Amino acid sequence: MMSELPPEFIVKIDYDRCRRCKRCVMNCSFGCMQFKDRVVPEHKNCVACHRCTTFCPESAITITSNELAYKENANWMPEIRKNILKQAQTGGILLTGMGNPKPYQILWDHMLIDACQVTNPSIDPLREPMELRTFIGRKPDRLEFAHNKDGEIDLVTELQPQVKLDVPILFGAMSYGAVSLNVHRALAMAANRSGTLMNTGEGGLHKDLYPYAGNIIVQVASGRFGVHSEYLNTSAMVEIKIGQGAKPGIGGHLPGEKVGEDISKTRMIPVGTDAISPAPHHDIYSIEDLSQLIFAIKEAVDYTKPVSVKISAVHNVAAIASGIVRAGADVVTIDGFKGGTGASPMVIRDNVGIPIELALAAVDQRLRDEGIRNNASIICAGGIRSSGDVAKAIALGADATVIGTAALVAIGCRICQKCYTGNCAWGIATQKPELTRRLDPQVSAQRLSNLLTAWSLELKEILGSLGVNSIESLRGSRERLRGIDLDEQTLKLLGIKPAGVGQ
Amino acid sequence: MVMEIDCKGMYYKKLNKMIRDAIDKNETEFILHNINGQRYIGNGINEKIKITINGVPGNDLAMFMNGPSLIVNANGQDGLANTMNAGEIIVYGSAGDVLGYGMRGGKLLIRDNVGYRTGIHMKEYKKQVPVIIAGGVAGDFCGEYMAGGVLVLLGLDKDEDTPIAGDYLGTGMHGGVIYIRGEVEEHTLGKEVSVLELNDKDIKLLKKHLGEYCKHFGLDLEEVMSKPFIKLLPVSSRPYGNLYAY
Repeated sequence: MMSELPPEFIVKIDYDRCRRCKRCVMNCSFGCMQFKDRVVPEHKNCVACHRCTTFCPESAITITSNELAYKENANWMPEIRKNILKQAQTGGILLTGMGNPKPYQILWDHMLIDACQVTNPSIDPLREPMELRTFIGRKPDRLEFAHNKDGEIDLVTELQPQVKLDVPILFGAMSYGAVSLNVHRALAMAANRSGTLMNTGEGGLHKDLYPYAGNIIVQVASGRFGVHSEYLNTSAMVEIKIGQGAKPGIGGHLPGEKVGEDISKTRMIPVGTDAISPAPHHDIYSIEDLSQLIFAIKEAVDYTKPVSVKISAVHNVAAIASGIVRAGADVVTIDGFKGGTGASPMVIRDNVGIPIELALAAVDQRLRDEGIRNNASIICAGGIRSSGDVAKAIALGADATVIGTAALVAIGCRICQKCYTGNCAWGIATQKPELTRRLDPQVSAQRLSNLLTAWSLELKEILGSLGVNSIESLRGSRERLRGIDLDEQTLKLLGIKPAGVGQ
Repeated sequence: MVMEIDCKGMYYKKLNKMIRDAIDKNETEFILHNINGQRYIGNGINEKIKITINGVPGNDLAMFMNGPSLIVNANGQDGLANTMNAGEIIVYGSAGDVLGYGMRGGKLLIRDNVGYRTGIHMKEYKKQVPVIIAGGVAGDFCGEYMAGGVLVLLGLDKDEDTPIAGDYLGTGMHGGVIYIRGEVEEHTLGKEVSVLELNDKDIKLLKKHLGEYCKHFGLDLEEVMSKPFIKLLPVSSRPYGNLYAY
C-alpha cells in the first residue's frame, strides 16, 4: 500500500555553502541524505536526529518541521492524524522510543527549594566539607553495642549489605541489545570513575564488563536473559525488574533486527528472533512469590548484595512498595511515567502510569507511616533532567535518583525517538557495527563523568544554600520544598506547603 | 565421603548454608533425609556435586544451578530448574508448575506428570541445549515463549481421555522443539506452532535422551519408542514481526 504520510521534516541544503563532501550522506543512517551530483534529501526519511547538521563542516544543512503538512486543527493535531494514517496503512501497534513527550505537567518545575538567610547561615560549599555520599541498602531498626573483653565497644547489630555511592545519581537500566556494547562500556567506565552504578537492564552482561563488577547492578527480568550464577555474582547489587515507567504492565520485544551473533550469545536466543520479555515474571503472581525470588537471589549471592525491586509508578504504587519491602527487598526502585524506553507501544507510553514526583511522595510517606522506611532504600527514576530535579527528589524522600535519558543525551542522543528501528545514527540504540563504532566509549565515559561532576557541584551549591552539609540532611526534608501553581490536593499528596507559607 | 544431613525441622537457610560450607571443604556428595518443603536446594551451586533428596523439596529447587546432579526420591514442587544453567535433576514422582523457567542448560527428568507452564521461555545457544522430559502429562501453556531447548512429553500410563498436554501448547514459541508421544488436538495448540513428523535426526536425538531417561526409571526404550511421536516447531522465528507500525 502506498504511504500517504507527508514528510515530518524538511531538510534544507544551502547549495552555496555545500562543498559536496558527502559527509552528510555517509552519516545519515535513515536513508534521507542521497547524492545525485549534489546532495538531495529524501525528506520523508528524515527523523531529525541531527547527525548531518552536526557533522556538516559548512553548516549548510537546516532541518525544519514540515509546517503545513496537516492543515491546522487544535483537536485533530498532526500527530493524531499521522498515527491514524500509519495504522490505516499497516494495521499494527504504533511503536515508539524514548520517554513520554506529551505536555503533561512537570511537577519538578512546580516545586521550589528553600535557602538560608540571616538566622541559619548558609555554607560555602567550595571551601567547606560537603557530603554527597549515600549508602543504599537495608538499615537496621536500631544499633546495639557491647563491651568486648578488652573493654572496647563493639557493634553487635549485624549490618545488611550496603552499596556506597559517591553521588546519589545512578545510570538507568538500559539493556545490551537496546543499546550498543560501547554504550555499556562507557556507562561502566563512568560509573567506576564517579563512584556510582550502571545497570545492565535485562539483556545480560558482556564479559568485557566483568572488571567493573563493583559498579554494576545486574537485572533479573521476566525474560531471564543472560541470568546465571556468575552474572548475579558479578555485581554490586541485583535488581528484579517488575516494571518500567515507559511501559507499565507490559512485556517487551527486542526486535529481531537487533539480535545479531553477540546479542544471541548473551541472551541465549536464536539470531534474528525477537527477544520476548513476558509481561509478568511467571514465577511471581503474588507478593509471596516475589519474596521467593528475592530470597532465591539472596541464596545465590550468599546474602552479600542488596536486592532491589523495580516497579513502574502506577496508581497503587504505595501499597505495592510496602509489599515489596515486606517481601524482603533492600531497595525499591520506582520508575515514573516519563521514563525512557528502547521500544514501547505508544499508547502505553503516553497514557499509562503516574508522575514520579507523586509516586515517590506516596511511597516515602507510606513506608514512614508503616514504620518500615529504614528497611529499604528508595531509588527514584523516570524524568530526572537536572541536579535541581535530583535535589527535589531527595527532599521528597528518595535515597538516590536515576538518569537514563539524561545520560544518553550527554553522549549524543538527540531524542529522535527511533531507538526501536536499530538505525541510531549516534551509535547508541543500535547493534550495526558501522554505527556502533561511531560512539567512542572513552570519550563518552568522560562526558558522562563530566555530567555527574557538574551535577555534584550544583547539588553541593544547593545544600550550601540550604545551610546543610550533607545530602543525608536533605533526605525526606519536605519542609525545604514549596509548591507553586499547584492545587491543594496535589500539595497534600506531595506533602509540601505552597510557596509564600513560612514555617 | 558422603555427607548425610537430617533435615527434619531445619530452615532452608541453615540447610543451604551447610551445603555451601561443606562444598567449600571439598565435599562432593550429600544425602538429605526428612526433607519437607525446604526451598532453594542446589540454588546457584557451580560445583559438580551430587545431592540425593529424600522427601519433597520446596519451590525453586536448583534455581540458577550450574553443575550438580540432584535426585529427588519424591514429588517436586513449583519452579524446579528455574533459570538453571547446567546439571541434572531426576524426579521419581510428579512436579508442579513453571518447571524450567528460562532454563539455559542441563536436564530435568520427571517420571510422572508436570503442571502448568512447563519449559516456559527455555533458551539455547549452540551446543548448550536444555532438556526437559516428563513421563506423564502436562498442564496448560506448556512450552510457552520457548526460545530454545528440547521438551518431551511421553504420556505413559495415562487414561485414554486425558490429553497429554493442556491448552495453549507452545504459545509464543519461537525456538526449540517439543516432542510428544501420541497426538494433540489442533485446538489445544498455540497459534505460533505447527505439527510435523519426525525425521531421522529427531529419532536419533530422542533415542539418545530417552535411552538415558529409561535407564533412570527402569523403562524399556523400545516400548517407549514403539508409539509414534509428533514434533512441534515454531511457525516463525519472529511471531510478532508484523505486529507493529514502525
